[in-house]
Amino acid sequence: MTLSVWALPSADMTTEQEKNELTQTPLLKIWVPWLGMGGCKLSRRRGSSVPQLTNSPTLIVMVGLPARGKTYISKKLSRYLNWIGVPTKVFNLGQYRREAVQSYKNFEFFRPDNEEAMQIRRACATNALEDVVIYFSKEHGQVAVFDATNTTRERRISIVSFSKEKGYKVFFVESICDDPNIIAQNITEVKVSSPDYVNCDKDEAQADFLKRIECYKQTYVPLDDEKDRHLSYIKIFNVGSRYLVNRVQDHIQSRIVYYLMNIHVTPRSIFLSRHGESELNLLGRIGGDSGLSPRGHKYATALGGFIKGQHIKDLKVWTSHMKRTIQTAEHLGIPYEQWKALNEIDAGVCEELTYEDIQENHPEEFALRDQDKYRYRYPKGESYEDLVHRLEPVIMELERQENVLVVCHQAVMRCLLAYLLDKTADELPYLKCPLHTVLKLTPVAYGCRVEHICLNIEAVNTHRERPGNVDITRNPEEALKTIPDHF
Amino acid sequence: IPSNAATPRELTQNPLKKIWMPLPCKNGLPDERICQRMVCMTNCPTLIVTVGLPARGKTYISKKLTRYLNWIGVPTKEFNVGQYRRECLKIYKSFEFFRPDNEEGLKIRQQCASTALNDVRQYLADGGQVAVFDATNTTRERRETITAFAEQNGFKVFFVESVCEDPEVIAENIVQVKLASPDYTNCNTEDAMEDFKKRIKCYENSYETLDEVLDRHLSYIKIMDVGRRYLVNQVQDHIQSRIVYYLMNIHITPRSIYLCRHGESDLNVKGCIGGDSGLSPRGKEFAKYLQQFIQSQEISDLKVWTSQMKRTIQTAEAVSVPYEQWKALNEIDAGVCEEMMYEEIQQHYPLEFAMRDQDKYRYRYPKGESYEDLVQRLEPVIMELERQEHVLVICHQAVMRCLLAYFLDKTAEELPYLKCPLHTVLKLTPVAYGCKVESIYLNVDAVNTHRERPENVEVSRMAEEALLTVPAHQ
Repeated sequence: MTLSVWALPSADMTTEQEKNELTQTPLLKIWVPWLGMGGCKLSRRRGSSVPQLTNSPTLIVMVGLPARGKTYISKKLSRYLNWIGVPTKVFNLGQYRREAVQSYKNFEFFRPDNEEAMQIRRACATNALEDVVIYFSKEHGQVAVFDATNTTRERRISIVSFSKEKGYKVFFVESICDDPNIIAQNITEVKVSSPDYVNCDKDEAQADFLKRIECYKQTYVPLDDEKDRHLSYIKIFNVGSRYLVNRVQDHIQSRIVYYLMNIHVTPRSIFLSRHGESELNLLGRIGGDSGLSPRGHKYATALGGFIKGQHIKDLKVWTSHMKRTIQTAEHLGIPYEQWKALNEIDAGVCEELTYEDIQENHPEEFALRDQDKYRYRYPKGESYEDLVHRLEPVIMELERQENVLVVCHQAVMRCLLAYLLDKTADELPYLKCPLHTVLKLTPVAYGCRVEHICLNIEAVNTHRERPGNVDITRNPEEALKTIPDHF
Repeated sequence: IPSNAATPRELTQNPLKKIWMPLPCKNGLPDERICQRMVCMTNCPTLIVTVGLPARGKTYISKKLTRYLNWIGVPTKEFNVGQYRRECLKIYKSFEFFRPDNEEGLKIRQQCASTALNDVRQYLADGGQVAVFDATNTTRERRETITAFAEQNGFKVFFVESVCEDPEVIAENIVQVKLASPDYTNCNTEDAMEDFKKRIKCYENSYETLDEVLDRHLSYIKIMDVGRRYLVNQVQDHIQSRIVYYLMNIHITPRSIYLCRHGESDLNVKGCIGGDSGLSPRGKEFAKYLQQFIQSQEISDLKVWTSQMKRTIQTAEAVSVPYEQWKALNEIDAGVCEEMMYEEIQQHYPLEFAMRDQDKYRYRYPKGESYEDLVQRLEPVIMELERQEHVLVICHQAVMRCLLAYFLDKTAEELPYLKCPLHTVLKLTPVAYGCKVESIYLNVDAVNTHRERPENVEVSRMAEEALLTVPAHQ
């Protein structure tokens, strides 16, 4: 290791660098330069715990024959990216076509020699790409997913030049599958119920769709190892048994690849539950690390019974590092894993206070929180936004796993639920996650089926709705209007 | 409510890690029923097997991967067959040893591989979780032997193949790591280069690359052209998924990483830990010098990262380059001890203070964090550092220790005692299999914030013994 001492610089020390004045933004608790004198703003961050590591917008282009999971992947990927804070939108060409053509007759529309249809389809693609431009330039979008077959080289070349012209990065996601069982399953799950087949019976729909696929097969040119070696892409084979990744350009593409390589389609269920009612819950206090109340213990026992009754194969149980979730898991009689990442949101200086205490001691903070509950960071604590970043590895592992029961906390559960049910940042902090209720989430088609199972053990309500008045000037009664009852 | 519910056990909070565990614990050790999700909990150990011609970066990848896995808490060790061969042969004469028709050579090489695999078995039985078997493994036959060995012992196998045909890259590899190898200590550059090229030829004819069809049931990643392209097949579990992600993010483009702490802060001067204070006058001075230093380095496209704490941001502001704030770079959370001096911690929490000295890496402050937690928190930062090129990270003492430990392959025991003084920039430049470190002190005085482990770490010790190593402050 070499050691050197920096020589004294010349006496000409610029005095204009008195830009050490910082101020902390009240909502996000971010230190930013005091812009009083129109000083330059060097920090590029816009208020999150993780830097936005993308500059140019990214266009993700799906490639593949029909019924290869392109829309499934598009929607899932978009849900994930939005959840981690990257504004993303899917542009599904089939939807544009349905709007243009109004009523679908049969597969003949897709025949490669159907000139009239070809024109319509090309026009739809153009419209979709125009909407992409609007999304990026006017709606602060960062990633657009162009969900279409894009099975010819010609089509892909035109997309690449379009993107180059606009300064967008392009990343292709190709799904290749030759397993007839998977394809048949896809068709049953999502195609047969499509608006295209609303007046058809199942078998007719199936038969027509298979002919539709044949239309594409004739002109399908997959991404080529040689000819497309300069493109950035991932090729997914047979629902993830194999991947080919070429020229990942940047952070977001690397994250996308990692995500795509971790998802699977094996049927399974995710169970979300909070810990049983805790001593601090009873007192209306937030945070802390207390144990279960007697009712909380009852719930945990009931949870154990419920889980047994579900006869779940190979269930994994996860808890946080906090006493109340672990005590709950102890009642289940099965091995569990503790994740620090599942700990409840850190309320900083407000830990273990009641809402009444917070209003009395930190009225301004209380108001700011009501103004923007998602981004609001407790002094010396966290925000929901911070929580989401903390939970990302949990989500990634949830994707890899099969049957999992997550025993966690109110804010944490809201974040996980928002991911699974595609809720926005505005909805997230107000999702209802009452004590003593299990949510069973089962992926189906493009989304998630949710079953609420209330285990019928009484508990306090801990859900505080956004009050009418969120101004700092409001009086205490207005602030405390929506507080749930407690002892 | 069914009556066959489990009887919940009483919980106690482990005093060191602040982990809630059920009583009774067997001999004070945690019950098998629970485990800490630090990282990927795999049940079976994993054997990573490199594949590829010489000078394709297998050892570079093995060492780097091992360093990463150990840092995130997965006990990993590499087994380099070349090393076994050197121990066996003592003196390397020439490439002839590697000729495919050299019966004696083949026997010795086979033996070395077996010895290495035996050591692998031992390591994985003794608490190791991942073993990296670093050899060419270029024939299907050899790989089948290894797979059988793994199956017998209940290990999962994951192959990492490096394929590269770019003659410039290969030549550069040879120059960077082969010429300095013990094999060529008495050779001049040209002769060594010649011999090594002939060595590669010996392997070429029998090389069977992992095949899409024939090897479709194996788990592997094929890295092509130093990361331009990857083929990933049958990833079985979490650890393999993390390994793939890591391998896909590393690169070999030359670059430097600069690590430094914020300038001296007001709380530093008082001898207080944590908090969110601003820079002292000397700290502001340092920031100016830092700006000049950075300018003198003439780096094109330098990324600057700070934490979200005032003192690092104030420092970055003076450097006058755009910067990004990462919450993950915040200093370790000292919980109830935030903003206390060591003297105060000894006074109010003598038990905690002693336990921290007993195991500084795993010790978690009450309502705070441990170094172990910090490492977990910093993993995405490391991943992004791997992706980036020139970066200046302005952070904090504990954070910098964690990052440094990753780059310099320090153990968990060494990590919390690494010296990261104020007003000193560490410039790290990857070279060969490791990292060159240059320490640049920017000649502005600052307090010392480094507290060595005192002799007496017993809970029963006296205050003076505890405070013996506290650095001077106001």
